[in-house]
Amino acid sequence: MAEGRYVVVGGGLAGLMTVIKLAEAGKQVDVFSIVPVKRSHSVCAQGGINGAVNTKGEGDHPDVHVKDTLKGGDFLAEQPPVKGMCYAAPGIIYLLDRMGVTFNRTPEGLLDFRRFGGTLHHRTAFAGATTGQQLLYALDEQVRRYEVEGLVTKYEYWEYLGSVLDDDGACRGIVAMDVRSMELQAFPAEAVCLATGGPGIIFGRSTNSVINTGSAVARAYVEGALYGNGEFIQVHPSAIPGDDKLRLMSESLRGEGGRVWVPSDGRPSDPVTGKPLPPKGQPWYFLEERYPKFGNLVPRDVGTREIFQVCREMKLGVNGRDAVYLDMTHIPPDVLTRKLGGVLEIYEKFRGVDPRFVPMEIFPGMHYSMGGLWVDYESSANAGWTPVPSPRNQSTNIPGLYAAGECEYQYHGANRLGANSLLSCIYAGQITGPAMSLYARNGKKAADAVPKPVMERALAFWKDRFAQLGKMSGKENPWGLARELGDVMTETCTVVRENGKLRKAVEKLDEFSARWKDCNVLDTGRTFNQSLAFVNQLENMFELAKVMAKGALMRDEGMRGSHYKPEFMLPRAKTANPKDDPEFMTKWKENTGKWRKTTIAKFTAKGPDITYRDVPTPVLDPEPRHYD
Amino acid sequence: MSTNNHGNGSKPSHIELRIKRQDGPGQPSRWEVFRLPYKENANVISCLQEIQRAPVTADGTRTTPVVWDCNCLEEVCGACTMVINGKVRQSCTALIDQLEQPVTLEAMSKFPLVRDLAVDRQRMFDALRKVRAWVPIDGSHDLGPGPRQSPKAQEWMYTLSTCMTCGCCLEACPQVNENSDFMGAAAINQVRLFNNHPTGKMHKEDRLRALTGPGGIQDCGKSQNCVEVCPKSIPLTTSIAEMFRETTIQAIKDWVMREVPKEHGAA
Repeated sequence: MAEGRYVVVGGGLAGLMTVIKLAEAGKQVDVFSIVPVKRSHSVCAQGGINGAVNTKGEGDHPDVHVKDTLKGGDFLAEQPPVKGMCYAAPGIIYLLDRMGVTFNRTPEGLLDFRRFGGTLHHRTAFAGATTGQQLLYALDEQVRRYEVEGLVTKYEYWEYLGSVLDDDGACRGIVAMDVRSMELQAFPAEAVCLATGGPGIIFGRSTNSVINTGSAVARAYVEGALYGNGEFIQVHPSAIPGDDKLRLMSESLRGEGGRVWVPSDGRPSDPVTGKPLPPKGQPWYFLEERYPKFGNLVPRDVGTREIFQVCREMKLGVNGRDAVYLDMTHIPPDVLTRKLGGVLEIYEKFRGVDPRFVPMEIFPGMHYSMGGLWVDYESSANAGWTPVPSPRNQSTNIPGLYAAGECEYQYHGANRLGANSLLSCIYAGQITGPAMSLYARNGKKAADAVPKPVMERALAFWKDRFAQLGKMSGKENPWGLARELGDVMTETCTVVRENGKLRKAVEKLDEFSARWKDCNVLDTGRTFNQSLAFVNQLENMFELAKVMAKGALMRDEGMRGSHYKPEFMLPRAKTANPKDDPEFMTKWKENTGKWRKTTIAKFTAKGPDITYRDVPTPVLDPEPRHYD
Repeated sequence: MSTNNHGNGSKPSHIELRIKRQDGPGQPSRWEVFRLPYKENANVISCLQEIQRAPVTADGTRTTPVVWDCNCLEEVCGACTMVINGKVRQSCTALIDQLEQPVTLEAMSKFPLVRDLAVDRQRMFDALRKVRAWVPIDGSHDLGPGPRQSPKAQEWMYTLSTCMTCGCCLEACPQVNENSDFMGAAAINQVRLFNNHPTGKMHKEDRLRALTGPGGIQDCGKSQNCVEVCPKSIPLTTSIAEMFRETTIQAIKDWVMREVPKEHGAA
């Protein structure tokens, strides 16, 4: 029987690398993207991509990268996949270099590397300050080549609506909509990969792009895919607020020497460390004071919490507002332009001041979801750092459905280190392609044998749903309702979490679902009807929001990476290294035994059913995290 | 009735937008006026989002939300290009405080209209296929490091590589019109990028020949509008000039190296 086609949903780094691996193996691939793939959200990644290439004589090694990543994620990341990723990283950077990515160079013509958060090594390769854009363009170019060779067909401006599931619950294809002609069609596939990115729009304003609603993943969850670690939401320390979005000011600004400060109010000492503050009006470099070793390059969860503490508790924000300075003015302007031009330009365009000469004003903003669809990995002996091609890699619990990139949960645990996201996307893509073809080869279900009624049933479901959505004429404006959702989620599910507020948020989300039924579709046009598409997405967004809020509510632990619930904090260790305080270690062990678990959410009509799974530690034993 | 908030220091109380609407290709177009309460730091996108949440025109008529393309909102994806107060640019970086009011929004005119402010830029991606804008690598497996390059070369190639396929250069180009297939500056610039890459240049002949096909570089009228509107300040006219030179040299080479039919009776 002839081999059928493969479907990849999403044209960012993870999706395109999956496509490349499949096409390279001679497979026929259909790639679906809601925007032209070259405009995917990967373009927004600024700072770089990590790989322990060790060109700076610092003794860096993939094992150190593994350790930094696992510690950065507070030991919730899946260890064998992380080890596989870190070992593959130097080769991935070389591959991108061969594809023509315009990485910055040293005087000797080698790749240059810069520092990033959560590590003490120069490990981040970069192309100016638009590294994600440059990486995406490189993969886009390679995919275009396969398009010309006839192996890849692009469906751009097509939105994934749901999977085609057969009577055994296996994924046999997808139903998608051409968002410009509003035509619905079912596409059979040997296997399907979702590479649909993060869910930032659930938080209203975030550093994410407009398409990052999480709707595709939410739909897969509603259809039975498990969702892992939903409550782990990264809030990036440095963004500039805006009414339409929060614009990221890359961690690389601090990697190249940027310093975070607020003017001192002249109080005698820092309530956290007891160290003296400078005289009133003088810059207080609170990250450098509190974390002498990592300074401004503490991991993102740590940096964000400190900025919150300084602004909200100590009331030391710039002019009493939610803002701190990020200061680049001590670095020569030509160096800044060469290494950080792209991001400084964004600041200047939106704020009207040149950050090479005036300190920037920044504040944390929702940025990334560590959580995502639960996926498996090959755990047999020898698996991990030399990844064994296996159909288990990156597979969801729905047979034939795979996930790669930000939309899955595996690589970052409770907090992602900067410049690991581009890496995890590309690495996941590299192993997902082979996994999908192995699945197809091993399976008895070839795509051209998908029973006709199975395809027809799926298509009929969506045709009926969109007919119903098109008639919605209630009082609620879907865009307004989305903004309310964003406000609730930002208030309750980001940096500081309180059970009282989270309980209200969970109730509120049920209320939103009920109000959704009274939405008005606003537009009955038959061409590029964005309101109609959004009404459908919005219902999915609520379901994913419930996973995040309930997961946060149920996780009664004080701190794990991005999750911070002050009412459950352990008392501080009395020693510089927490491991030296036996009393603290007893409490820490008890807490970590209870909570160092993957949160698994399963959809039910009454809301998410949440359970916990152990995270095996064959690579590195957990320890209390500290960066001072 | 409208306010120009330049120079006088006082903030207007409203933001007024005039938007050219069209329900689809071949449908009649119409202008709609919207008046929104003034907001600090507003841009064209935040205004369009405001209209989504309350789709009512200035005279109180209910209408549909305006349809437009956008994604990253920080001028790296290229999606949200439109004509704002007569000038083609991205709408995310079009800050209301820097614009004359009423702010006029129209779709780009050089691409097929989809609806309202959204157009179909597929021809730009087709052009990238035609000129083979990629480095033909042997495979995606680990073959070690790429070629060394000087920081200086990296710097200017990076600039060429920041092209977002946004469409500004085509919209501004007088040679891009209904009677011409001219591919425009964006694709030509990509040929220059790949023909200067140490590996890419091994295949430069293919790209140069593609550049001289129908709709190719010879259709450029040297108006230099492209370089003026490029949001990324890519030296597009320099790229075109260099590619003019290269394609000419290639044409001469191809002519010299052409297969000449052997004459009968020659020794």
